[in-house]
Amino acid sequence: MRAGDFLGFTLLSLGSHRLRTFLTALGIAVGIAAVILLTSIGEGLHRFVIDEFTQFGTNLIGIAPGKTTTRGGSIGAINTVRPLSIEDALALRRAPHVLATDPLIQGNGDVEHGGRTRRVTLYGVSHAFVETLRMTVAAGDFLPDEDPRTARAFVVLGAKVARELFGETPALGARIRVGGERYRVIGVMAPKGQVLGFDLDDTVYIPVGRAMEMFNRESLMEIHVTYEPTAPLAEVEAGLRRVLVERHGREDFTITPQQKMLEVFGTILDAITFAVAAIGGISLLVGGVGILTILTIAVAERTSEIGLLRAVGATRRRILLLFLGEAAVLAALGGIAGLGLGWAIAQVLRAALPALPIHTPWTYAVVAECSAVVVGLLAGVLPARRAALLDPLEALRSE
Amino acid sequence: MIRLTDIERVFTVGDEQVHALRGVNLVIGPGEYLSIMGPSGSGKSSLLNVLGLLDRPNAGRYELEGRDVTGLSDDELARVRRERIGFVFQFFHLVPRLTAEGNIELPMVLAGIEPAERRRRLDRLLAEYGLESRARHRPDQLSGGQCQRVAIARAMSMNPSVILADEPTGNLDRSTGQEVIALLEALHAGGGTLVMVTHDAEIGGRAKRRIRIVDGRIVGDER
Ligand SMILES: Nc1ncnc2c1ncn2[C@@H]1O[C@H](COP(=O)(O)OP(=O)(O)O)[C@@H](O)[C@H]1O
Ligand SMILES: [Mg+2]
Repeated sequence: MRAGDFLGFTLLSLGSHRLRTFLTALGIAVGIAAVILLTSIGEGLHRFVIDEFTQFGTNLIGIAPGKTTTRGGSIGAINTVRPLSIEDALALRRAPHVLATDPLIQGNGDVEHGGRTRRVTLYGVSHAFVETLRMTVAAGDFLPDEDPRTARAFVVLGAKVARELFGETPALGARIRVGGERYRVIGVMAPKGQVLGFDLDDTVYIPVGRAMEMFNRESLMEIHVTYEPTAPLAEVEAGLRRVLVERHGREDFTITPQQKMLEVFGTILDAITFAVAAIGGISLLVGGVGILTILTIAVAERTSEIGLLRAVGATRRRILLLFLGEAAVLAALGGIAGLGLGWAIAQVLRAALPALPIHTPWTYAVVAECSAVVVGLLAGVLPARRAALLDPLEALRSE
Repeated sequence: MIRLTDIERVFTVGDEQVHALRGVNLVIGPGEYLSIMGPSGSGKSSLLNVLGLLDRPNAGRYELEGRDVTGLSDDELARVRRERIGFVFQFFHLVPRLTAEGNIELPMVLAGIEPAERRRRLDRLLAEYGLESRARHRPDQLSGGQCQRVAIARAMSMNPSVILADEPTGNLDRSTGQEVIALLEALHAGGGTLVMVTHDAEIGGRAKRRIRIVDGRIVGDER
């Protein structure tokens, strides 16, 4: 039998029961729409999170005090951990492939100007901060490149802080109080918006040494390190470890490369996407049961026709293929309808909830369509086998 | 050329054995016109089904065109049916959703014949059986006689060497039945072997060779 004739015969069989075909295909369509929609949201979430992280660059390494074990807890009591110092950050610049290091401490504090006070997030950082985290200064300059331990009392304002304290009047050169001390504004950051829930615009940046004094802390919270993008990560990590172990006498710090974090996030998010796909898959399974049911009925109705086909020379295999073909075409049609349905719902969701990240890679559509066909084939196996195993004579007599 | 030797066909119904065919010996030459008659339940259909390779005898030997077809596999039987045998049934057995044309070409479609060649044969068959104006009608839009003509055209579409008809007029009124018989006879006149089961003595009597079967045994063979 020629492929075109095969398809024609199949479509004619499906077309002769339009309502039945429509309803059965609808079952598959709903399943595919659910799969494609849920995975699209999963994938959208994935991209959203990855984008949030990679905007700081991917050749970034964070070093935090304390050694976390694979079990997640810290080894030993907190007071046995040596603080991570500004000197450590300076020393790390010597490690191979390192481009810049930036010591960082974070806390909360009041900023005050012209009678207005605002509680903001305070970042104690160095000149390298804008470079390591790829931030942009909108006006003036960032903190100057000087020894962070003896840096002058300069402050850089986040966009929102500048707006709240100064309104339309220029902030550059103004004197404000940060945590009760006098600082001079030398720069205003470009707006950055929320990153993973933190408002980076409601933030001010002061020299790290001064911040440590202000918060009365001995240790940095983190040292950010950027390295040559082409350098092998393992080598960079080993270099950093060597420098710090030399200074601390042991490994009482944790090195977390951004790339490894991305991998971990990627794995988690892939698992989520897979899980929601499986949930969608259940409705696809229900659609498959629909095909099984309708095809079983069709075989019963068409028993005499099957007998005739056998009498005029169709082999058992041909009968099997004809019914499997019907199941597959039915599922494929349902699948295409489901893709359209899923896509339409995605558009509506995107318009209604712009915050919800939705992304449908075309590979998902292809995989979804293929799984629809596979479900159809699996659902078709039993009825098609029953049709193929009919005795031609008995089938002919069944009228 | 058909040669049946000591054919037995036994059906088991419950714990009873029904002998549909008992020791049937029959030789049919090429181009013969044969009728099979006998009372209801005497084994006429059983004999035709064995001849048409739709059913396997329990014992005996069947040679078709010099080849032993008794032990052929299921697929080989399907192939022989497709290429050598044409069936005409009492209840027409047309596929309801196919047009007259679609039904006629069904064996050719299953055999994978080129559309152009199918078209050529279809046009000839539609003309031969007076179905040109009904080519695109479905069976429910055709009369009984037209349905049976479609079925005969279908049986002829693969140019079989043997046409087997099981009570082809059983479902038709008398005059329509006469027309159908005329078509089958024309077909025989064209050189084909025709075996026709009927319980109508007048129709059966027209055949050149008349087999009589009673209780699964051939009891008469007149020429
Ligand atoms: N599939 C079957 N199962 C059981 N018995 C059958 C079957 N087919 C035919 N028979 C029996 O075999 C005998 C001959 O049947 P059949 O050849 O159909 O007779 P006819 O066509 O001459 O009326 C009958 O007794 C019938 O009941
Ligand atoms: Mg009969």
